[in-house]
Order: sequence, then structure tokens, then C-alpha cells
Amino acid sequence: MRIIIAFAAAIAFGVSPQLTFAQPSPAKAPAKVQKKAPAAATPAVEEPDEATKEFEKFRAQMEDSNPAELFEMKGEELWKQKRGPKNVALAESCDLGQGVGVVKGAYVGTPRYFADADAVMDAERRIVWCMVEKQGFKFDDIAKNPFHRENDPGAPDITNLVTYVAAHSKDMKIAVPLDHPRVHDAYETGKEIVNYRAGPYDFSCNTCHGSDGKRIRMQNLPNISTGKGAIKGVQGWPGYRMTGGVMLTHQWRMNDCFRQQRFPSPKYASDVVSDLLTYMIGNANGQIYRGPGIKR
Amino acid sequence: MNTRKIIALTIVAAGSTVASLPAAADAEHRAKALEIIKRDFQPRGQAGVDRLAEDGLQAICNRTGNNPPEYIAKRMEADQLATVKLPADGKLLGDWKEGEKIAQSGRGFTWTDNPGLPVGGNCYNCHQISPKELSFGTIGPSLFQYGKLRGNTPDIQKYTYSKIWNAKGFNLCSEMPRFGHVGALSEQQVGHLVALLLDPASPVNK
Repeated sequence: MRIIIAFAAAIAFGVSPQLTFAQPSPAKAPAKVQKKAPAAATPAVEEPDEATKEFEKFRAQMEDSNPAELFEMKGEELWKQKRGPKNVALAESCDLGQGVGVVKGAYVGTPRYFADADAVMDAERRIVWCMVEKQGFKFDDIAKNPFHRENDPGAPDITNLVTYVAAHSKDMKIAVPLDHPRVHDAYETGKEIVNYRAGPYDFSCNTCHGSDGKRIRMQNLPNISTGKGAIKGVQGWPGYRMTGGVMLTHQWRMNDCFRQQRFPSPKYASDVVSDLLTYMIGNANGQIYRGPGIKR
Repeated sequence: MNTRKIIALTIVAAGSTVASLPAAADAEHRAKALEIIKRDFQPRGQAGVDRLAEDGLQAICNRTGNNPPEYIAKRMEADQLATVKLPADGKLLGDWKEGEKIAQSGRGFTWTDNPGLPVGGNCYNCHQISPKELSFGTIGPSLFQYGKLRGNTPDIQKYTYSKIWNAKGFNLCSEMPRFGHVGALSEQQVGHLVALLLDPASPVNK
């Protein structure tokens, strides 16, 4: 696996040597941008982000050998194996909303309401629920280290499973069932969570993601209250991040947003994240999900 | 601090009496969101769950969609402005080179930041400032030629210092953090940022 990933990185640098996969360094702009931008530019919001364009080119070339596929394969094994204290396979016990064992379209159909859990859950949370309720795993064991960290030998099982499930919604339309009263409720609650300003810097999600054409440094910020912006917040998750070589889920991304908001940490697989995802993914309804992606 | 809270509460009470405080768009879901926020976070690193509680200003901005009625905004802005702590030696203009370093740094206050280290100003995250730095954000307005356009007068120095110390003194629900007020930046650090913006020798004003 490591060899393939290293190979992928080699392609990346071969294709566009000026592109760095690290977060923009505080002190430097990408070389390409420096050349083009006038010395005394006023902020041109509509100005295309060269680094992003380069990365999109690379992403297209990588489409056939996305390292995310390795995690997807591992996830498929985990989905089909009999596992856990109850020795049951998720494939024969877990209903992600499309029927027991059905993964096709499950990712784009969540968050949704699950009557057996009496909760609105996103895909990752639902798989965790199945691992606990059907296979007998302990929630606290899963929640202890739920995300892939740099230098971990592999991604957590839950990340592999999410990647497998998400891959089976590739090129399908996002269809969060917002007409269900409980899902609608989660959406409206999510909207209020997105509005909520607190913490030392008075930030809400909307400070960065509530209007069009904003950037932090060179990073474009999607406006998740619009369909066009929300799909940008959904696309590419779960994603293989070149920096650190880790596979990261949409839950992880929400977690890291709260970190940057200077908030404490959301509890893993809790309502605050499910409701937020219901709002964002719900706003992307009707648009095509491209499957697990690659991130800088 | 307490005075401010009391004033804020008084205003809320007065507002509801005369029924002129705009209601939240969706009070039911807002209440639900607050309940979930209170329940679904855990402390991590330096970020405790106490950060989830709204202070008086955040509460007003959250409840009015960041658009409080004028009579509330004016009184609370004055209240915020009164918190600005000017340097003891009265020197508002520091060293622009130090200011540039502070403006570049975005560190501080997240659960991965070491609370023992100095906090950055985060300025370039949201503003264009020196023309030499092309990696700048656009959440706030461009500050390029800030001093050239306004002049380096004592009044402008005081305004600039106060704005960085507590932006809410001028615009109650501004997106900009209250850097001095929350203890992120010291009097001296704010002075260095004032110099970055106003010193004729700063690249901002070239």
C-alpha cells in the first residue's frame, strides 16, 4: 500500500512541480500566483485560484489510481466479514437506509432518520451504530481514536468502511430525505448550529462559510448555505489527504472546522455533527456526488 | 465584565417589554441547537466547554441574525469601546516590522495550540495588508495603503488601536475578533500592528 501511495505522490510532483500539498505556508504564496498577481492588487474575489486549478488538473489525472481505493478495498472486506463479539457481518445485518446490507446509494441518501435508533444519522454514525448494535463492538473503543492520524499503520476500521460505502454512491445524486419531519428538524437545528457564534473569537461556521467569494489566505471558502457552495463542502469526502498520507472522513472535516473555530471538540458520532451534516448535505441535494476524493 | 452583562440583560429585558427586539428566525430550533451544543462537546487541549457559552454580545448578535436594533447596538458598542486598554506610556505606534510578524501568525486558541506560546494576530487570514504578501484572505476589507489614505494622526492612531483591541466597539456584530479584549494580543502587540498600518515607513503605505 505504501508503495502505491508513494508512487501517487511521485506522479503528483511530476505532474505539477510547483504545487505543494501542504497547507499554504503563512509566509509564502504559491510561486505561480506570485508571478501573475499585480504588485498592488486589491482583493479580487473572482480571481481564479491557480493552486486550486492546478490541483483539479492533477485530481483528474489521478482519478484512475486514487489511493482512496485501497481504503475502499479494506472497507469491503470489513463489511463482508463476520466480526465483533456477536460474529455478525455488516453485510447481513446493517441497514444504511436502502435495505439490510445494501451499500448502493446509501452514502448519498444520508443523513436520514433511522427508526430503530430513533435518530437522524449521517453515514459514518450509522455504520458505528451498526458496529455497536449488530456486531457488539463497544462505542467507546471506536470513539477513542475515530480518525486516521499521521504515522498510524492504517486507517481505523470505521474510516475504511465509510470509504467503501461512499464509493458505492459515486456519480449518484445527493438525496437527503428532507421531507421527513425528523430530518427536516435536524436540518433546521443544523442551520442554527451553523449560525451560533461563541468562543474567544466570536466565530460561527458562517463567519467563514456563510457568504460567497471569501477566502482564508489563498483558500477559497464554500458558502454552505447555497447549493453551489454546499456541494463543494461535500465533494471529495471521504478523501485521501496527500499531506500526511491519511484517509479522512466528512466527520473528521467537521471536527477540524470546530477546532479552527476555537471551539472544544464535538463528541464523535453525536447530534451536533449529524445535524450540521444534514444542513450542509441537504443543501447539496440533487447534485452529483463524485465519490471518495483526494485532498491536498 | 459584570457591569457589561448586567447592562446587556437590562437591554434584553427592556427589549422584550416593548416587544421591539427582533425574535430569532426560528426560536424552537435555536433552543434545540443550544441544548445539543451544550451536550455534544467535550473539552480538548486548552479549549474547554466554557467556550460554548455566549457572552452578552454574542447572545445579542446570535439572536438578531447579527443585526441588532440601533438603540441596542449603540449602547453595547459604547460599552465594548469602554473596555479598550490603552498603553500605559501612551505610545500607540510600535514597530511595523514586529507588526508584520504578528499579522502573519495565525496560531493560538485552538485545541492543538500550546497555550503557553504567544498568539498571532491572524490578520492576513482575512485582510490584504502589505503588498509583498500575496497570500491574504478576503473576509475583511483590504488594508493596503491604510495609513496613506487616512493619515497618521493621533486620532487615527487611537481609532486603529481601539479597532484592533475591540472591533465590536465600532460594529457590534463585526466578524472581527476582539483581540485585546479576549487577551489574545497585548497593548504592545496591538501597537506594533498599528505601526504596520500607519507608519509611513511600513510597506502598507509605500
